[in-house]
Amino acid sequence: MSATHGGAGEHHDPHLAHHFETGEQQADSAKLGMWIFLATELLFFSGLFCAYAAYRANHPEIFIWSDQFLDKTLGGLNTAILICSSLTMAWAVRAAQLGKRRLLAVLLTATMVFAVAFLGVKGIEYNTKWKHGLLWGKYYHPHVEAAAEHGAEPAPAAPPAASGKAPADSSEIPPSAVGPAGLAKHPRGPISDIPETAPKNVQIFFSIYFIMTGLHGIHVIAGIIVIGWLLRRTLGGEFGDGYATPVDNVGLYWHLVDIIWIFLFPLLYLIR
Amino acid sequence: MATLLHCALLALAAAPGTPGLLMPKEASTVAPEVDHLFYMVLGISAFFFLLVVGIMIYFVVRYRYREGVPAQKTATHNTALEVTWTVIPLTLALIIFAYGFKGFIDIVTPPANAYEVLVTAQKWSWQFTYPNGYVDKDLHVPVNTPVRLVMQSQDVIHSFYVPAFRVKRDVVPGRYNKAWFQATTPGEYQLFCAEYCGTGHSTMLAKVIVHRPGGFEKWLADASNLLKTMSPVDAGHHLYEVRGCKQCHSIDGSGKTGPTFKGMFGHKVVLSTGQTITADEDYVRQSILDPQAKVVAGFEPVMPTFQGRLSDQDITSIIQYLKSLSGSSQGGKEK
Amino acid sequence: MSSVTPPGAGAAAAVAVGGDSYLSHDKGLRSWIFTLDHKRIGIMYLVAILTSFFLGGVFALLVRTELWTPGRTIVSADTYNKLFTLHGAVMIFLVLIPSIPASIGNFVLPLMLGAKDVALPRLNLASFHLYVVGAIFLLAAILTGGVDTGWTFYTPYSVTTGTSVILTTLGAFILGFSSIFTGLNFIVTIHKMRPKGMTFFRMPLMLWSLYATAVIQVLATPVLGITLLLLIAERTLGIGIFNPALGGDPLLFQHFFWFYSHPAVYIMILPAMGIESELISVFSRKHIFGYKFIAYSSIAIAVFGFLVWGHHMFVSGQSGLANMIFSLLTFSVAIPSAVKIFNWLATMYKGSIHFDTPMLYALAFIFLFAIGGLTGLFLGALATDVHLHDTYFVVAHFHYTMFGGTVIAFLGGLHYWWPKFFGRKYSERWGKIAALLIFVGFNLTFFTQFVMGSHGMPRRYYNYLPQFTPYHQASTIGSYILALGFFVMAGYLAHSLVKGERAPANPWGAATLEWQTSSPPPYYNFDHEMTAGDPYDLDTVRFVSPAEGWVPRTEGATS
Repeated sequence: MSATHGGAGEHHDPHLAHHFETGEQQADSAKLGMWIFLATELLFFSGLFCAYAAYRANHPEIFIWSDQFLDKTLGGLNTAILICSSLTMAWAVRAAQLGKRRLLAVLLTATMVFAVAFLGVKGIEYNTKWKHGLLWGKYYHPHVEAAAEHGAEPAPAAPPAASGKAPADSSEIPPSAVGPAGLAKHPRGPISDIPETAPKNVQIFFSIYFIMTGLHGIHVIAGIIVIGWLLRRTLGGEFGDGYATPVDNVGLYWHLVDIIWIFLFPLLYLIR
Repeated sequence: MATLLHCALLALAAAPGTPGLLMPKEASTVAPEVDHLFYMVLGISAFFFLLVVGIMIYFVVRYRYREGVPAQKTATHNTALEVTWTVIPLTLALIIFAYGFKGFIDIVTPPANAYEVLVTAQKWSWQFTYPNGYVDKDLHVPVNTPVRLVMQSQDVIHSFYVPAFRVKRDVVPGRYNKAWFQATTPGEYQLFCAEYCGTGHSTMLAKVIVHRPGGFEKWLADASNLLKTMSPVDAGHHLYEVRGCKQCHSIDGSGKTGPTFKGMFGHKVVLSTGQTITADEDYVRQSILDPQAKVVAGFEPVMPTFQGRLSDQDITSIIQYLKSLSGSSQGGKEK
Repeated sequence: MSSVTPPGAGAAAAVAVGGDSYLSHDKGLRSWIFTLDHKRIGIMYLVAILTSFFLGGVFALLVRTELWTPGRTIVSADTYNKLFTLHGAVMIFLVLIPSIPASIGNFVLPLMLGAKDVALPRLNLASFHLYVVGAIFLLAAILTGGVDTGWTFYTPYSVTTGTSVILTTLGAFILGFSSIFTGLNFIVTIHKMRPKGMTFFRMPLMLWSLYATAVIQVLATPVLGITLLLLIAERTLGIGIFNPALGGDPLLFQHFFWFYSHPAVYIMILPAMGIESELISVFSRKHIFGYKFIAYSSIAIAVFGFLVWGHHMFVSGQSGLANMIFSLLTFSVAIPSAVKIFNWLATMYKGSIHFDTPMLYALAFIFLFAIGGLTGLFLGALATDVHLHDTYFVVAHFHYTMFGGTVIAFLGGLHYWWPKFFGRKYSERWGKIAALLIFVGFNLTFFTQFVMGSHGMPRRYYNYLPQFTPYHQASTIGSYILALGFFVMAGYLAHSLVKGERAPANPWGAATLEWQTSSPPPYYNFDHEMTAGDPYDLDTVRFVSPAEGWVPRTEGATS
């Protein structure tokens, strides 16, 4: 059977760590580890999906109203960008397995370019929202675009629930600022279910939007850094011998980042 | 054997109206049911605990290591035995669940036509608003009458807890939580806040006074009228007692969460900004409606606003009362 | 069949003294800070955890001292609120969650597998460093005025209070990653590095419990992570997701928080039960009874543990339907734990029971965890929980399970594996004295709290009504006896490190693989490939002498 200390077998595998018996055991372990890590990432985001579900179930009008402020074209573009980046990443894994360093370097670079483009589009979207005051929680101060008066309706923190009122059975949440009508970039068709005026607490939607896309964006940035690290190793001469485990596992991470976006996109952008 | 144990435990239990060894006096309609379940679970628990520890002690003595006597070989598993000791506890657990659920339904389902009182919790006092608009710091209820509480919080989560009634419900800001009870014995009972809410959590107490038949209506009529017949100073003192001022402001000079009212009115105060001003009528009014505007140096800015909760007439009464604490001609009558 | 030459006292001593054990293999601080050796990482964790336990214990003594009298005794209400918060946060995040897996588990798991290390040693080191960083954040929170929200951080109070909430939650967030990485590592190691002959059902039950624990760590902790992140965002950015004034829901926080924090208690108790299985078997000289049921019950506890979080919220205002479902499921999770106790008793039946210190803790565990578990029944039943929720009854319940369960088992494991860790024996006499002090002190401290609670004494109370004074005073006296027990323990363990008698490879006569290498082990663990047998077949070893311990029986002997 295999020897007592790692590496004293038929050939000395330079990648084999001393506590593993075979390269296969090591690669399997790394892959299992990455899958488990992906499970933790899924659960990390799941809390946010739950928050989305809870608020949308209880206050659908907030989500329906907010749909007009999200640009479906940009969102769709970003989805396409990430899918392309997943393609280049998967292809990069193949290149590593075949030991094709130059191709690997090109594909890793392409993946990073797509990722940066994604962040760029996100940046444009965030900027638009900033300009319109469509921010989270207490910073939600929507105002009319560009031309407008700085007629930002003041939205102070609501006063505490008044006492002495006739008690109601449903929750009494104090109102926030009333958002302006007609803020959409694109004209709406004859849509009858969007109310005339904003419902209460629209800022909840934007809190969820920014937290979810923000956290996702942080993961994209982390992915860029890690892929950059792989690129540096490739340019430094590695991955010419078919040893592809790091590329493979980073690829798995990147696909998860993509999949999470694929869920975020319809939930946030395609409400109607 | 189990029945005997059960009876023994029931004997330990509270006879209605007297505190038991383990539970407070039963003073509501649901208390006996809750206690019955408690003692049933206690009986089952005691039985299994004594069984387990008894066996353990027996084994430890009987099978202790003796020189030259090895351990005996026994079966390493026995499916029938293992299934048995899984199924029996599971059955008992489900029985306990069923009683617990049934009792819970009773605890949360008020009868129709319950007398409704609005409960307001804030850091760190309770206020009870009766249907006629009167507000008191304690909960008065008639005996043998279902009372339904509609509860709101002004700030953080609190919890309404009366051990004698076996009733507890969190009071959550942003929603109305409800509870109900029917008191069975006249008397005075302790009310606690049971959800941690900061500095004064353990002093956020109140009393539940259960009136004899006829007593409650009389009390409410008297209490509500008092404000029409009291002098403004006395009315201000009453508001000081029942509207939450007392929890944080003393009238004898001692330090509490807020500055003492003794000798305050008409004198200079130093603010946290370093500015020195006179505590006059405007200052008092502003401190009640917008307490964060001027905070006395050395104190935390934790006073809640009473905007919308104290009328102008209430504020005027309070001002008169505070004047009386500054050594002016008439002192307020101490109640 | 093992081919290790019977390690006599000479061989063990040679490794420990002149020879190269993992302790002496590499010298200097850097060799420890950057070590990839799971044994060193385990020891560093052990030191950190014991230090944190001391810190949490000091907070506890301050709390109990303040509660000697109803009004102010030694501190103000604000300080008291910070003390109980920090006691909880330190004990849960710095002690109980990592305790057994990170210290004992890290050391013992690869050895039990006959392996050279965990699957991902660098991740293991990262896990330890994250622990230290998390601890530093908690220390920073303590030094910048403390935090007064209770370890549960309920909103809106935790959003509005002026104390160091962000430092504390960041610390807990980082500690969460430390926990996740440990769990991840253990799952991969158990899946990929079992030796020949060790199918899942030939693993020691300690490994089953560490595996189930790891699954919970990996799946539940991320939810705590996002919860704390949202709390931090709420405080810093005002996102409003838990704030009713901005349209949010305080109860959402509770759901998120308890979704982790309930499974967290199973992270704490499952490894304890694993240790219990090892101790009861070895010190009764008997094969464990009902191996498969115990293994399955560990997985069942892990799975069901995820389904019951709402039982912390029975009076919060959540729906009656939710209450009913959570109560029903809560009873289901009680059963696997009960079953294990019967299995352990059956293991002792017709055994030959030794009363060494580890066994005293194992016996204490049965006594104390039985009380803890049974009192859970009162709390799982809806009607009684309404009365008992947020009273001292709950405080007593969780101390009996977490302290009387996890910590007691941890101490049992510590005394059991101590000779393996350090190659030294400790004084049995003083070990027994400390165990007795701890047992008596513990019961005096916490049993009276059940009675206080059923009488309506709420928890987290600085002031209390005078009628509760005798209970509080009894409890405080108990806490000082407890503290004394721990001081005695610190004393003889420290003495053992310096002057303890050398320990043989297998002082207790166990059959799991870690005892087939020297005490302490060499840095490479084993000098040949290990094959697994039945981990509870105690006939595979025979006693030689106290100095030489137990050695493998030669081939041909009865098995």
